Amino acid sequence: MSNLAVLPIIIPLISAIILVFFNSKVNISRGLAKLFSLINLSVALYINWYVLENGSIILETGDWAAPYGIILVVDSLAAILVLTTNLIAAACAFYAPNAGLERKEKFYFYPLFFFLISGVSGAFVTGDLFNLFVFFEVLLMASYGLIVLGGDKVQLRESLKYLLINVFSSMLFVTAIAFLYAVVGTVNMAHIAQRVQEVEQQGVLTAIGVLLFFVFATKAALFPLYYWLPKSYVVPNPVISALFGALLTKVGIYSILRVFSLIFVYKLELTHETFIWIAGLSMIFGVIGALSTNNIKLIIAYNIIPAIGFIILGIGVLNQESLGGSVYYLIHDMIIKAALFLIVGVIAYIAGTSDLRKMGGLINYYPFLGWLLFVAAFVLAGIPPFSGFIGKLLLLQGAFKEGEIAIVIIGLLTSLLILYSIMKIFIKGFWGDKDAMGDFKKKPVKGMIAPIVFLLAFSVALGVGAEYFYPIVDSIAAYLLDPEIYIDSVLKE
Amino acid sequence: MEIIISILSGVLFAAAIYNILQKQLLRIVIGTTLLSHGAHLFIFTMGKLKTGQPPVLTDGISDYTDPLPQALILTSIVISFGVTSLLLVLAYRTTQENNTDNMEQLRGSENE
Repeated sequence: MSNLAVLPIIIPLISAIILVFFNSKVNISRGLAKLFSLINLSVALYINWYVLENGSIILETGDWAAPYGIILVVDSLAAILVLTTNLIAAACAFYAPNAGLERKEKFYFYPLFFFLISGVSGAFVTGDLFNLFVFFEVLLMASYGLIVLGGDKVQLRESLKYLLINVFSSMLFVTAIAFLYAVVGTVNMAHIAQRVQEVEQQGVLTAIGVLLFFVFATKAALFPLYYWLPKSYVVPNPVISALFGALLTKVGIYSILRVFSLIFVYKLELTHETFIWIAGLSMIFGVIGALSTNNIKLIIAYNIIPAIGFIILGIGVLNQESLGGSVYYLIHDMIIKAALFLIVGVIAYIAGTSDLRKMGGLINYYPFLGWLLFVAAFVLAGIPPFSGFIGKLLLLQGAFKEGEIAIVIIGLLTSLLILYSIMKIFIKGFWGDKDAMGDFKKKPVKGMIAPIVFLLAFSVALGVGAEYFYPIVDSIAAYLLDPEIYIDSVLKE
Repeated sequence: MEIIISILSGVLFAAAIYNILQKQLLRIVIGTTLLSHGAHLFIFTMGKLKTGQPPVLTDGISDYTDPLPQALILTSIVISFGVTSLLLVLAYRTTQENNTDNMEQLRGSENE
């Protein structure tokens, strides 16, 4: 049954290739995309169930034994992230036909979409550091294609910057892997972890760890490396922004979580202590960015940064509560960011602008959409009983236990400001003056609302059903805290 | 031999960073290609440079060339080749649409 591990990579890949042939027939590719995303989702569900029942799935590709060949490891963390990814992909596949993509659907939108999913799933599943680089490139290549789709003046300009920063950090990634290979003589993550453990992370190993952190932090948009993110995430179509905001930065933070809970965990005062500071600064600067603008898409894009800050806080504190909080917050944030980008996409579509100053009184026309945004804001800011609250509670509990009082205060204040930044859209856009919109014509948005409701329902369930989800997350945290389990499961000693 | 190649890749890195920090778009693109060359040569030195030795095929061979860095470089070369060609096209289109290849003028403003 170990071949299950390759399915989350191979099914989207095959879907993408099939969709290339139906490129010019928009109706067929829409239907096929929905079908494939549902197949993906059900496979991911089955894998998740299988992992929970039977433990990690280890696949040695081509039957090459563990430290030599490339291995795929679907442990409980990877499985749940693959499931979340496919959940978002399904919502986006149903949203896309109504998203006003127009011509773009004919320019290989759906194939690129599935290549992206394949790359993201691959990055979650792989147990080999160089293979992780390859999957990063797969998802980045797809994202380059998606971000320029349309080819507007602004879009070309911003995607060029996006491409340059990613090319640069990818090359640094290769260099960091080369360094690591020279020191430990392997690229298998479990094997690296074992060898780093043997020498207790002496000498140059910490420096290599920091170099890897720099690479992942660029991809994850942490302070001070987030400057490329906000603008390049707002230029493409909202459905593409939703995919980017929900998945791409999270792959970066997942890599940090993996590498700094498995490999570089023996010099905490040098690495993990710094993470806590970076977390605080990411929260502050991200939320300041969100407050500084009247562009609704930009507000959501800036809100990615404090969320990443919360997740890195959990990795920095590194105890059971905080790691559980990180995992919980990661899953919560993937879903809610996708939902928020989609909601904002609808608002920009009906208002014809993303400038908040030109909107007002939308609640008269779209009450349901308004209350969806209201709930989404509460979920994001972490008002109980929603999922953001559980994640933050665990994170701050973990930080409090280690005596990091300052970061707890920063985290709580940031949450308030996040709530304000989203509420600003609600207050100005949905309440506000009805006349600000001029002669307003109502546009049909039913097809776009349904996927948002689908995502929000999951998000709310994640919070209200915390009693059911928490034991799973807690076991993942315990698993992450003990690198031995991962090493033993891969190297089978 | 490793020392010479290491210095060479260091020079390539330095030249790449210098070029990336320029304002002109084409120079930046050239900078990224130099960066990838530097990184690839660097991986090469990591497995120790040897001439005339076989990659290990059978037991009992103690002196062999490490095949893994070469596999890594091949993968990485293919990727950076693809990305560079995409980057060139994108740079060309951006320059045409925006009527400038100066990064200073490609900043943009809020609410576009």
